[in-house]
Amino acid sequence: MTTVYAAPAADLPAARPRRLTAPVGLGDKIFKRGSLATGCIVLLIMAAVGLFLSIEAAQALRATGVSFLTTSEWQPDRGQFGIAAVLTGTIAIALVAVTIALPISIGTALFITEVAPAGLRSTLIGLVDLMAAVPSVVYGLWGLFFFQGQVIGVSRWISSWFSWIPIFQVTGADPGSPLSSETVFTASTFIAGIVVALMVMPIQCSIMREVFSQVPIGEREGAFALGATRWGMIRIVAIPFGRGGMIGGTMLGLGRALGETIAVLLIISPRFDINFHVLEAGSNSVSSLIALRYSEASGFGLSALMAAGLSLFALTLIVNFTASAFVARSRSGASSEA
Amino acid sequence: MTDLIDRPEVHPSPAATTVVVHRDASPAPAQVQRTLRGVAKEDLLTLGGALVSAMCTALLLFGRLAPVSGSFGLVLVAYALFVAIYALLVLLSEERPAVLDKVMAVLMATAALVAGIALVTVVAFTLWRGRVALGKTNLYYQDMSAAGPADPLSVGGIGHAIVGTLVMISLALLLTVPLGLACAVFLNETRSRAAGIVRTIVDAMTALPSILAGLFIFATWILILGFERSGLAASISISIMMLPIIIRSADVVLRLVPGNLREASAALGAPQWRTVRHVVLPTARSGLATAVILGVARGVGETAPVLLTAGFTSTLNVNPVKGPMVSLPLATFEFVRSPQPALVARGFATAAVLMVVVLILFVVARIVGGRPAGRVSRRQAGRLAARSARDRERFDALDARELEVSA
Repeated sequence: MTTVYAAPAADLPAARPRRLTAPVGLGDKIFKRGSLATGCIVLLIMAAVGLFLSIEAAQALRATGVSFLTTSEWQPDRGQFGIAAVLTGTIAIALVAVTIALPISIGTALFITEVAPAGLRSTLIGLVDLMAAVPSVVYGLWGLFFFQGQVIGVSRWISSWFSWIPIFQVTGADPGSPLSSETVFTASTFIAGIVVALMVMPIQCSIMREVFSQVPIGEREGAFALGATRWGMIRIVAIPFGRGGMIGGTMLGLGRALGETIAVLLIISPRFDINFHVLEAGSNSVSSLIALRYSEASGFGLSALMAAGLSLFALTLIVNFTASAFVARSRSGASSEA
Repeated sequence: MTDLIDRPEVHPSPAATTVVVHRDASPAPAQVQRTLRGVAKEDLLTLGGALVSAMCTALLLFGRLAPVSGSFGLVLVAYALFVAIYALLVLLSEERPAVLDKVMAVLMATAALVAGIALVTVVAFTLWRGRVALGKTNLYYQDMSAAGPADPLSVGGIGHAIVGTLVMISLALLLTVPLGLACAVFLNETRSRAAGIVRTIVDAMTALPSILAGLFIFATWILILGFERSGLAASISISIMMLPIIIRSADVVLRLVPGNLREASAALGAPQWRTVRHVVLPTARSGLATAVILGVARGVGETAPVLLTAGFTSTLNVNPVKGPMVSLPLATFEFVRSPQPALVARGFATAAVLMVVVLILFVVARIVGGRPAGRVSRRQAGRLAARSARDRERFDALDARELEVSA
């Protein structure tokens, strides 16, 4: 027999989740407050840098207005200054760098993840990381004293065969005469770009390698089981899977290339006109402009330099955030940290 | 294409017939496992042949008609020929997908090789050009105060730059390590709403071009606050640059600490600060060390902010708050800008020393950080086991005493 107890429903209070509270000890209070405080300090420092640069730059920007973007000269004391030349120079160097670094980094990343024997893999990863750790001044020295001499022949060859493409034109170069001076090819955007490419290659490569190593093993083996060759598998599985990471890594490299100072400063000879001829001597970049002019700058000149620096910062910020959005939105990027 | 099974002839007869496939009665040849790994001999020969013929063709072409000059151009032409000849050779014996596969493998290996060659030439060239100066012991302890620009390498050295780098990086470490690690703990361990903002700002600051960090300190610390250019100013500007790097990588490392460790600690009744102090941080120790060391490697090699904030001096200065101070990358930069060959040689030697410093830091980082969170080395494991054994003894002793009391 089963007896059903009819419980008076109204008597029982409705079951409500209890509030779970634990007494927070003194130690935890200090810990919470302390870590919040450090977070705020870091936030303040970082915000201070950004705010200060903007406030200082505002003075120069107010004085010039829109012409700051269109002027290519840099004579703040006469009120004639703008970033048209330096910013295009920066972008040109960064684009050359990424164009050269991209195939090398994709190839190296694929080689490490897909082709290299397992024993070699960690050594290769270490070497790529080491490339990222070599100081930029060392790359600058190599570019200036060693590589420039090697690459001038290539510059000359490109300019004599492809000068019908506008960016490869070189004023002052005479392909007919073997004795023509080589100085028209030195200190060019091209050479600076190659040296910067060496610096951004490891960054791009390590992000791409990370992404390629996350390709699901099932899809990989599925492709092989369907008869794909190794390259077939890479083309239909690895590259589509890692596309977001590849784009993101490329853009992070671009961000680094835009901000590079010392190697560019060592190699280029500064000029203040918009120059799209990448093989031609002379180029300029925002960061090398700052390094060259900070000491001779008056209060207003410094403000002008800060405005230039701020525009560079804005550019790298846009590039970096776009990059992390790409990495995060890709299938592979959900768990990877750039 | 090869058919593996001998298909019987099917006669187009209207009657449904069953066709018996006759297998050979003779036993199949013993199956030998094929090797799937490694490189086949034929592949090696093809590669070698393509390489040799490409070299010869390039050398022939080069003397005659190609207008490229310099060894770099020769290598480029030879390489293009090599890929073409290799593809052709493989095409003789393979199908198209296999040719594509092999050519792409060669291209990928080339990319890695180019990167490797670049690294090797960068390192070797710096060491080679600095070799004379590196051989002189006075390089490591003298400063440049007694040496003029034209003096031989036996006078003067970069002791002041080595000391300057050490002072600057130690100060920068004092500033960034506590702040950076505490901030990473804040981002991970407290579910504060501010964490999202802080993380975004830190991410944004990793994009800050290093020269701007220098310009900021130059404008505030030196021009507005009126301090002189010094090692302290330089180390603050390096810190601004290193801080986001350290925070970001420490953040990643802390996120990798398994959540069940935290929960186990909380379940044992530990307050949060004890969980962080005794569980989270020790688990992530090697990763955190790597984060710091890699941050230091970046900071040591940074030239641009130091150029703006440290000033330049040729004498030894150990006081970071007074007088200009010079670091290794800055010294390199200033040396090689001079037209004097002796100074340029010193510049290369300085760069080589800098590179060795970075290399050492890097190797230490790899050794320390090679293990994932929670793994311990053999010695650490021994120490942990010994501690457990001591605890066990203590508990046993307690148990025994309780038994005595109850008895």
